[in-house]
Amino acid sequence: MSDTKKYLVGIFDDDDVLLHAVKDIRKSGYEITDAYTPFPVHGLEHALGLEPTRIHAAGFIFGATGFTVALSMITFINLFNYPTDFGGKPYWGLLAYVPITFEHTVLFSAIGMTVSFYYLCKLWPGKTPKIIDERTTDHLFALTFELDSTKDANYVNTVSELLKKEGAIEVYQKEV
Amino acid sequence: MASHFESPLREPLINGNKTYKDITRDIVAPTTGKIQPKWAFWTAISAAFAGLFVFCIVWEVIFGIGTWGANKTVGWAWDITNFVWWIGIGHAGTLISAILLLFRQKWRTGVNRAAEAMTIFAVVCAGQFPIFHMGRVWDAFFIFPYPNTRGPLWVNFTSPLLWDVFAISTYFTVSLLFWYTGLVPDFATMRDQSKTPGRWKFYNFLSFGWIGTAKHWERWESLSLILAGLSTPLVLSVHTIVSFDFATSVVPGWHTTIMPPYFVAGAVFSGFAMVLTLMIVARHIMNLQDYITLAHIESMNKIMLLTGTIVGIAYLTELFVAWYSGSIYESYAFANRASGPYWWAYWSMMFCNLVSPQVFWFRKLRRNIAVTFFMSILINIGMWFERFVIIVISLHRDYLPSSWLYYSPTWVEIGIFVGTGGLFMTLFLMFCRFFPAIAIAEVKSILKVSGDQYRQKQLDEVSSMEVYKETTVTKGAWD
Repeated sequence: MSDTKKYLVGIFDDDDVLLHAVKDIRKSGYEITDAYTPFPVHGLEHALGLEPTRIHAAGFIFGATGFTVALSMITFINLFNYPTDFGGKPYWGLLAYVPITFEHTVLFSAIGMTVSFYYLCKLWPGKTPKIIDERTTDHLFALTFELDSTKDANYVNTVSELLKKEGAIEVYQKEV
Repeated sequence: MASHFESPLREPLINGNKTYKDITRDIVAPTTGKIQPKWAFWTAISAAFAGLFVFCIVWEVIFGIGTWGANKTVGWAWDITNFVWWIGIGHAGTLISAILLLFRQKWRTGVNRAAEAMTIFAVVCAGQFPIFHMGRVWDAFFIFPYPNTRGPLWVNFTSPLLWDVFAISTYFTVSLLFWYTGLVPDFATMRDQSKTPGRWKFYNFLSFGWIGTAKHWERWESLSLILAGLSTPLVLSVHTIVSFDFATSVVPGWHTTIMPPYFVAGAVFSGFAMVLTLMIVARHIMNLQDYITLAHIESMNKIMLLTGTIVGIAYLTELFVAWYSGSIYESYAFANRASGPYWWAYWSMMFCNLVSPQVFWFRKLRRNIAVTFFMSILINIGMWFERFVIIVISLHRDYLPSSWLYYSPTWVEIGIFVGTGGLFMTLFLMFCRFFPAIAIAEVKSILKVSGDQYRQKQLDEVSSMEVYKETTVTKGAWD
């Protein structure tokens, strides 16, 4: 692959050690590129200083769209396009539209949010992933530091030392 | 990851001193290696029954609805009975994953994956019944509102039958999205455990290339939480809307305001019974006893006791209201249920759903696997009879005594029903073989709170404290 990047990888075998290490390393002023974990580690996103996700806002917007689409479609159909007399009941009966409007709100919100999730994470069926260490979906945790042209051997040495001091069980460099 | 404190006296949810690595190995194990003869045997039997389903459906489509025992008086008959039964079973999965997620019930992680799979397969089975009940099934797409050349003549948005179309298709879609998004990280785990390139490609395709970075997990958790928040009212709405099919009619025995809560409780009740039937077998065959523990079974039995009793109270309330209403039609409908030609169906329902779950008041019985398995079968049968009682008994003696009759199903109806059982089991067995039957990542995330070795460590810490010197907190205090 043409666009490979080089990383310094620190492997941990415990989530509590990892969390502690992330806090200390960031306090020392080194920027962590990413963290790979086999399951969601609570508090890791705060420790890494990631912005809170706004995916729930997408859910609300899609839900509101579904609500509007359902109610306006039914209104258009029952009042203008083909008004039908069902046993003398009103042409427009809001209460009877509650179930379909509700279901549509949920449907739009769920589909919209799920699609946004895969879009934002850039995940799709058949994607070839850049796997740092395949044990990170099993029992180990990884921290990566991107090594671009500005990072010299001194940087690699200090960060490696720091990782080991913080409890990393392995430190190595990898190009993916 | 001790994200929150839980009393060490609580029973552990993962036994056997597991590490993260053990969890991966144990859950991936049943999907690897040679196909077991036992699995192949049961899959073949199930597939044969699924074939029977296809045969009977083809028969019905070719020769028409006249091949069924359903007729003008008992129009809904077995078909809608089976539909409501299956859709009810399809309620436990989303309840476990959504409502128990919102209530932070950690025991859900051991059973949610299989229960959600079961939900989806049950909804697939349920969907067959109303579709083929239409008779001219090639016109089934008429149920969707689309601009057409007939006017355009639209569907009736004020009809509960149309609400059902929307409710069930939404429920199916949302459950599928929720289930699959939960599966994605576990497929990545299976990909990284695979030893052949073919297997790697297969699971990588399913995993969408998941690698588990912190940002992805953050979004994944947020998505799961909100899908759970959406599914919670959704799961309650689906069976509410199914109950509207009955409650908004003017048939004595159907036209009652108690229907929605009573149907929802009944759906949860039957859903948990089916989860238990399947999981008790699956945990033995796949050696997952350390993950689906007695604590899980006991929790589910408690929910069955609660919902079964709610259903029972609803039965008694119905009887009371039928008498108290003073309506002769209403009173007759209920007298006819208990003492008419179908009395056996009514009393089977009463026994299986109201009387039998009361054994779960006893802790010993709640934790007995044989009793639980037997009860789960009994409740499945009882809940089928409930729908039979509501539909067939209410209809077979209508307002016009000249059209009264005794309904019995034909072989085609029986074949379709038994066949959906085969379809359901085929799908479930395939799931057990090719998919991770337990949510690997979620079980790992509760290991440090609910694993037995961590619990024991907590207990030891507590018992070594100065204040507890006088008390003895012994090993295995939760037994």
